[in-house]
Amino acid sequence: MTYEGKDLLDLEPEERAREGIFLGFQYPVEIPGVNNAYLLKTAVNAKRKHQGLGEVDAFEFLKLAREKMAALGMDPKFLNRGVNEGFSGGEKKRNEILQMAMLEPKLAILDETDSGLDIDALKAVAEGVNSLRNPDRAIVLVTHYQRLLDYVQPDFVHVLSEGQIVRSGDKSLALELEDKGYDWVREAASA
Amino acid sequence: MATESENIESLVNRRYEHGFVTDIATDSLPPGLDEGVVRAISARKNEPEFMLEWRLQAYRQWLTMREPEWAHVHYPKIDFNAISYFAAPKSDEDRPKSLDEVDPKLLETYDKLGIPLHERARLAGVAVDAVFDSVSVATTFKEKLSEAGVIFCSFSEAVIEHPELVQKYLGSVVPRRDNFYAALNSAVFSDGSFVYIPKGVRCPMELSTYFRINAANTGQFERTLIVADEGSHVSYLEGCTAPMRDENQLHAAVVELVALKDAEIKYSTVQNWYPGDENGKGGIYNFVTKRGDCRGANSKISWTQVETGSAITWKYPSCLLRGENSVGEFYSVAVTNNLQQADTGTKMIHIGRNTSSTIVSKGISAGKAQQAYRGLVRIMPQAEGARNHTQCDSLLIGKECGAHTFPYMEIKNPSARVEHEATTSKISANQLFYCRQRGISEEDAVNMIVNGFCKEVFKELPMEFAVEAQALLNVSLEGAVG
Repeated sequence: MTYEGKDLLDLEPEERAREGIFLGFQYPVEIPGVNNAYLLKTAVNAKRKHQGLGEVDAFEFLKLAREKMAALGMDPKFLNRGVNEGFSGGEKKRNEILQMAMLEPKLAILDETDSGLDIDALKAVAEGVNSLRNPDRAIVLVTHYQRLLDYVQPDFVHVLSEGQIVRSGDKSLALELEDKGYDWVREAASA
Repeated sequence: MATESENIESLVNRRYEHGFVTDIATDSLPPGLDEGVVRAISARKNEPEFMLEWRLQAYRQWLTMREPEWAHVHYPKIDFNAISYFAAPKSDEDRPKSLDEVDPKLLETYDKLGIPLHERARLAGVAVDAVFDSVSVATTFKEKLSEAGVIFCSFSEAVIEHPELVQKYLGSVVPRRDNFYAALNSAVFSDGSFVYIPKGVRCPMELSTYFRINAANTGQFERTLIVADEGSHVSYLEGCTAPMRDENQLHAAVVELVALKDAEIKYSTVQNWYPGDENGKGGIYNFVTKRGDCRGANSKISWTQVETGSAITWKYPSCLLRGENSVGEFYSVAVTNNLQQADTGTKMIHIGRNTSSTIVSKGISAGKAQQAYRGLVRIMPQAEGARNHTQCDSLLIGKECGAHTFPYMEIKNPSARVEHEATTSKISANQLFYCRQRGISEEDAVNMIVNGFCKEVFKELPMEFAVEAQALLNVSLEGAVG
């Protein structure tokens, strides 16, 4: 599994992250007592160090974090809370988006970011994803449902079955799936 | 998950960085203990008669006592006759008047420990009474303190210069025969610190002492006495590191604090003594008696400790809350790994009316270490309206360590309000993976999680010491952000 000439399976998770790959978790874990700002600052600096850049200090970091949070419409108080500690499902997912915004990955994989979200949280997360879309960043959204795609319009849709991409298309494929289910794709693939 | 736990293991198995021995000839007494040794110690210090008599009585009482065996720790029996009870740097005869006169080797030792004494003293405004082996060799900022009327000197000096204060307060909190190790300390104590804050004085600086055990096979018996007179305030910092050694070293210190009416004492410790190698060989035995007496109304004593070292720790900084409305606090982080054993906690004895106490204990166990929290909250019948809150959390790293909690509560007054909360948790593979997926190394992730766990206690440390604690648990600038 190569990415930009490197075999990803040879790399440790932290090395993959520093190479610019971001994984948004379906169930972000709670880390009590560790504040969000501290985790983010450590992560940002680990990446900067890897890129041969100087570390940001506390003031630069806070400035950067506040900008990103303003852009995502997030309350700056988020920074002072324990990582995902006592967060609602929606807050956890938005926190993932904030981390993605801070780390500016080249490739982001968001694993069922829409699961367990009510409609307002879903919209907020979708807006966050949209605001981070740009031509230098690939975002892979893993989802079972169309509803996230009502807010984030995909450029491509791939259907993954048993480790293989069995069908590819544009956003209309997702709508078709929503309408017809997955069985026909599987049947077509095995035929 | 096999590799995961191996990685964690290698992280907690880093070798002790402060293990080295400074090559200074020491003038020690031969091993063994009898009345002659007690007399010899007293004579070397030119002590007045009352002090010798006090030591001899303690020695005779000690002979009738037995080693305590109730603690949740296991170690081979100590041969008290194999220990040398006095060691002093050779230069003791002509003690240095300033840092320039201090043995450069000694200064080098402090440098290796990251404690550049002169810089630290000057930049941080901290008066340092450095204990090297058993005799104080450098005392700074004395003049500034004496302007405020504060007495801060070595215990030996206090015995000579302020015998009336020593006689009045020594043993008034921890009596000679309080326990086996307190009695031993009372008989053979080598040196330590003495602090007296006069009425209404707020000590103008943090007082700090660095301890260091440095002579082979020599027990070190520190004696510290801090008296805060009415309405005074003092913050005292104690820190320790020790060189790598093959034999077990016994340390049995006694610390007594006295807070009179409206006085406040804050006592903070960062302890990093040699914990022994991976097989538990060679570490320090740390059997300490620390007790504070809130003797006057509205007085307050606060203990904060960060314990990372020693092969065996047996330590319960306690508060006697005698004055009305007096307050006792205990904030503790104890880290044990490899074969380290710790039985630590506190005692809060509520005697006065409306007394209150807070206990926050954070225990971290890794490797094959065993750690016990042992805490006593006693509300006496006359302690109307007493309150206590205890929070006791354990964090386990790996599968072979253990955490044990022994909370004792003796409530003899129905108006008391006593709360106890306890949790046990593990650093999960999910937490580590989460951090690593954000580009943070596993080592940093472990440090971060441990630091988060300890946060409530670190917040209680004075700034100067928070730095030490952070270095010890290798954490970064959490407080600087947010």
